Amino acid sequence: MTSLVTDTRVVFSRELRPVLRNPFTVVFAMVQPLVFLGLFAPLLPDELGLQWFVPGIVVMSCLFGTSMTGSNLLFEIQTGSHERMLVTPLRRPALLIGRALKEIVPVVVQAAVIIAICLPFGLDVHLGGVLVGVLILAVFCLGLGSLSYTLALAAKNQEWLFWTVQQTLLFPLLLLAGMLLPIEAGPGWLRALARWNPLTYVVDAERALFNGDIWASTTVSGTLAALAVGAFGLFVGSRAMQRSA
Amino acid sequence: MIETHELTRHFKDVQAVRGIDLTVAPGELVALLGPNGAGKSTTLRMLTTLIPPTAGTARVAGHDVVGAQREVRRRIGYIGQGNGAAHSQRGRDELISQGRAYGMKVPAARRRAAELIDSLDLGEVADRTVSTLSGGQRRRLDIAMGLIHAPELLFLDEPSTGLDPQNRANLQRHIVELRERHGTTIVLTTHYLDEADAMAERVIVIDHGRIIADDTPARLKQEHVGDRIILGFAHEADAAAAAARVPHKAHRRGAELTISVPGAPRLVSGLLDDLRAAGLTPAEIEVRRATLDDVFLQLTGRSLREGGAERSTEDVHPDPALVEA
Repeated sequence: MTSLVTDTRVVFSRELRPVLRNPFTVVFAMVQPLVFLGLFAPLLPDELGLQWFVPGIVVMSCLFGTSMTGSNLLFEIQTGSHERMLVTPLRRPALLIGRALKEIVPVVVQAAVIIAICLPFGLDVHLGGVLVGVLILAVFCLGLGSLSYTLALAAKNQEWLFWTVQQTLLFPLLLLAGMLLPIEAGPGWLRALARWNPLTYVVDAERALFNGDIWASTTVSGTLAALAVGAFGLFVGSRAMQRSA
Repeated sequence: MIETHELTRHFKDVQAVRGIDLTVAPGELVALLGPNGAGKSTTLRMLTTLIPPTAGTARVAGHDVVGAQREVRRRIGYIGQGNGAAHSQRGRDELISQGRAYGMKVPAARRRAAELIDSLDLGEVADRTVSTLSGGQRRRLDIAMGLIHAPELLFLDEPSTGLDPQNRANLQRHIVELRERHGTTIVLTTHYLDEADAMAERVIVIDHGRIIADDTPARLKQEHVGDRIILGFAHEADAAAAAARVPHKAHRRGAELTISVPGAPRLVSGLLDDLRAAGLTPAEIEVRRATLDDVFLQLTGRSLREGGAERSTEDVHPDPALVEA
């Protein structure tokens, strides 16, 4: 008898295999965040600097990669291999959870690469804090990846629908989380919107954690936001996968 | 192996399958034949647990397709219209994952994958990315994927669509061999008449969501069509006049008249004398043995070839309502 855990492991290792065969795909996905890092960070006022900017870029990198991950499923829906998986005895939720769990791998790699690039430029990181930060980010991306897969399942053959929704949501989420510039300086309505963006709490938590403030209230709110997104994503995604035909 | 009762599926307003009663015994090789949108694929999708029936029941490999989906899935193999192996993966990797999906341990899945790669002649391409494979190679890989767990019942949805004649013949040989060696029960859908004719011992003709004939190809042809004489006239009016004159069952399409009559080769000479005497001399004459297309024409008044000629990529999802749903 296979269990949900074994099924999930089968899906996870299948999903991870092309990444392991060709690890540079993870780095290719980072081009845009690296452009922001190289061309935007120097424009920041001195009081912000790398220490403030880099945690946001780590989140951005994961946001870009993870929100697009549904396109892999979309392609498999179109070519027929998703249908083939649906006819196997693998439990339906495992088809989603296994895929979503794989998102954690690029999250870890991207965080490591960005930090490694920034260390020579004076980034000062607290290892324990970064580890907790990556953990929070992983949970967030588990949920975000699930939502991206849900979008793919909803879009089916309408590829444009997937990309329209993904692109439309991506930048508002990113800007409203204060990833590029601080929200605190913005008008009241924008700050109010930011408070409804779960990503805001994740970014705030990452900034504090990179500085080593592990026992801060931002860590708690960031963790809660990530858990909420993670749980919501897995719930919605599993339901969508259950109904997939 | 398969038993359905009043199996029905609606998509919004479209009645794709309307009350199909079907029994398939172990070891049979059955072809579901019909034009686009006849309900073949929808029937197959219900039998393989991909979509639930709107009404009616189906037991497949001893289990109900709604109540015991995983039991059914464990026992069947399914080779869909698309590619089972993801284009971003390597063939061998996909075969091993597929084996694990059916509960095999990694070493066993690896052994089985190697076995199938060997028997389906995929040795040179199994470790390449699937997207770089040719259509025929991908199709062989799909077959290997469907066979990984040596299912007792194998479904194939339009297995040879998009293949060149050589690859089609190759594929048909694999399917027939599979059955001879392992006694696998095989159900396939096809719109290729020659394929159904050559492979299946039992052809089920489906049209508008219903079974309209179910027999061996030989008996279908004998019972529904027999021999035919096809006369081509210069003008439609001549064909119409000839149709009124001949004492046999005749079907006119434009200036072409098809006369269905047993013993056609013996009768053709007398028939022509009679038509000539009436001033209706055909420009072309052909005496033809029955094909399954003729059977279909006879049963529905439409040619399967007309519908079958315009197949395209939309067939991956044959039901528009399903794509939207």
